[in-house]
Amino acid sequence: MKGNFLSFVKKESLHILRDSRTMLVVMLIPVVLMILFGFAISTEVNNVNVAVVAPERTDGVRDAVERISRNDYFTFKGYINNDQIDEYLRSGKVVAVVVFASDYDRRAAQAAAGVATKPIIQVIVDASNVNTAGSATMYLQNILLGSASAQSMFETRMLFNPQMKSAYNFVPGIMGLIFILVCAMMTSVSIVREKEVGTMEVLLVSPVRPFKIIFAKMIPYFAISCIVLITILLLARYLLGVPMSGGVWGIFSLSLLYLVLSLALGLLVSTIASTQVAALLVSAMVMMMPILMLSGLLFPIENLPTFFRVVSNIVPARWYIDAVRKMMIQGVPIVAVWENCVILLGMTVALLGVSLKKFNDRLE
Amino acid sequence: MSEVVISVRELTKRFGDFTAVDSISFDVHRGEIFGFLGANGAGKTTAMRMLCGLSFPTSGSGTVAGYDVMHQGEEIKRHIGYMSQRFSLYNDLTVWENINLFAGIYGLSKSETKERAAELLERLNFASERNTIVGSLPLGWKQKLSFAIATIHRPEVVFLDEPTGGVDPMTRRQFWELIYEAAEGGTTIFVTTHYMDEAEYCSRVSIMVDGQVRALDTPAKLKQQFAAQSMDEVFRTLARGAKRAE
Repeated sequence: MKGNFLSFVKKESLHILRDSRTMLVVMLIPVVLMILFGFAISTEVNNVNVAVVAPERTDGVRDAVERISRNDYFTFKGYINNDQIDEYLRSGKVVAVVVFASDYDRRAAQAAAGVATKPIIQVIVDASNVNTAGSATMYLQNILLGSASAQSMFETRMLFNPQMKSAYNFVPGIMGLIFILVCAMMTSVSIVREKEVGTMEVLLVSPVRPFKIIFAKMIPYFAISCIVLITILLLARYLLGVPMSGGVWGIFSLSLLYLVLSLALGLLVSTIASTQVAALLVSAMVMMMPILMLSGLLFPIENLPTFFRVVSNIVPARWYIDAVRKMMIQGVPIVAVWENCVILLGMTVALLGVSLKKFNDRLE
Repeated sequence: MSEVVISVRELTKRFGDFTAVDSISFDVHRGEIFGFLGANGAGKTTAMRMLCGLSFPTSGSGTVAGYDVMHQGEEIKRHIGYMSQRFSLYNDLTVWENINLFAGIYGLSKSETKERAAELLERLNFASERNTIVGSLPLGWKQKLSFAIATIHRPEVVFLDEPTGGVDPMTRRQFWELIYEAAEGGTTIFVTTHYMDEAEYCSRVSIMVDGQVRALDTPAKLKQQFAAQSMDEVFRTLARGAKRAE
């Protein structure tokens, strides 16, 4: 009976290959998303125009300005006068203006020596875009603090992602999303299609065991997902420069577990839905929405209202994305995220159990 | 009479309070074309599902191709063919891929598959369509191909669930020629249909009303018994007494 299993896998692969458009979409979506999130959409602050007001262009001031203009995030727009500040900001010529005190050098030296002093640098920022304003101020402070060697009570260090690249954050999220799309959505639609067209009936009357039909269906989608997984990992590493210092194998194995989980989800959806449209809708409502909203992909889980924070615990993507993020960016090994692994494993077993049972029940 | 292939005694299926199939009994002999008629909701499909090993009877007994419907569902599946009203091949696969798939499902070896596929394609004059995508074939052709594939493993019984739904009369006639051919070759045909002219083609016909078999005989004898001109009239007379709504 091994023969009939293989002919099934072949048949499923043919279905997928014949539908080349869907195939293309599945293969391209991850690449497009990666590039989109990696380069186009970003919460990073780039090319912030800065003007400087300095009554005396002393060495210290010049040194500080040099740092600003050398920095990739800022574009130095030149020195301006006090009375030009308002106009420059209003017209949008610059987003921030840095004002140095007239006796900047002397007081910077005082500050360096530990003598308390009044502020010597003022940063005026156009805060109409909150994100840009916040990040720009923070960057500027970091840059200028160094130059003034001013004493500060705080020392902030950004670990793991010091440049605060948003691509780092999105890669795990995209992975969490895309595998659900390929595995769960496509598998469920393909199972339901057979029910809708009527071929499932014929298969059920044949001597093939139902679980074989289902596993044969999952194998090609699993294979595609693996290809997609490898593509994403390669893109993340070499195009976006995500460190993955936690070890690629850890990320890979955890992703495989997540793939199986997604397949089980797809099977469950297929037992609930009886038409392809319904399967799509259920996938979108039950899987996509929670992943987008409750997995930490877009909004940090800590910021959610209590109710949703509790609900987010049952969203598998939440645990997956969290673990991948830690492994990819923090560089921890897979053992450090064992809790996530155990939770995902438990969910997988439970989902597989429920969906296989439901699948069998429906046959009767 | 020749060998009995399907034998059913007081077969009953209940879903809760509802008795879908109410104690039906009949025998079907080898090479017979057995018409299984009944209005929608009369219990045909449920009865057929039990005979195909898809659903277990609540009570009663039956054998199909020598296997017990109660305990040997899997064995039954191996020895029957099935074709439904809804087109049951894969539209996005070629003729050959469809043949190959179903040959694989029924565990035919590579050489058997090749041999039977060649014979099948020749019989249907399909040899030139071997690599055609099934979806692009005309409906009549698909139906014939579907029947040929349902019998590729030489089953003892073929269950045809309204096989000619939505097909034009000409193609239906051609389709029935295939059925006759198969029956002459010793395959037993168990067919449900809504077309009363097709009922006339059957060796024997049973008519189900409200979950029970109300009439069972050759079309000629049934017409005599109900003093009717056609099977259509026989059917109407019986169906009029139905209590269950459609």
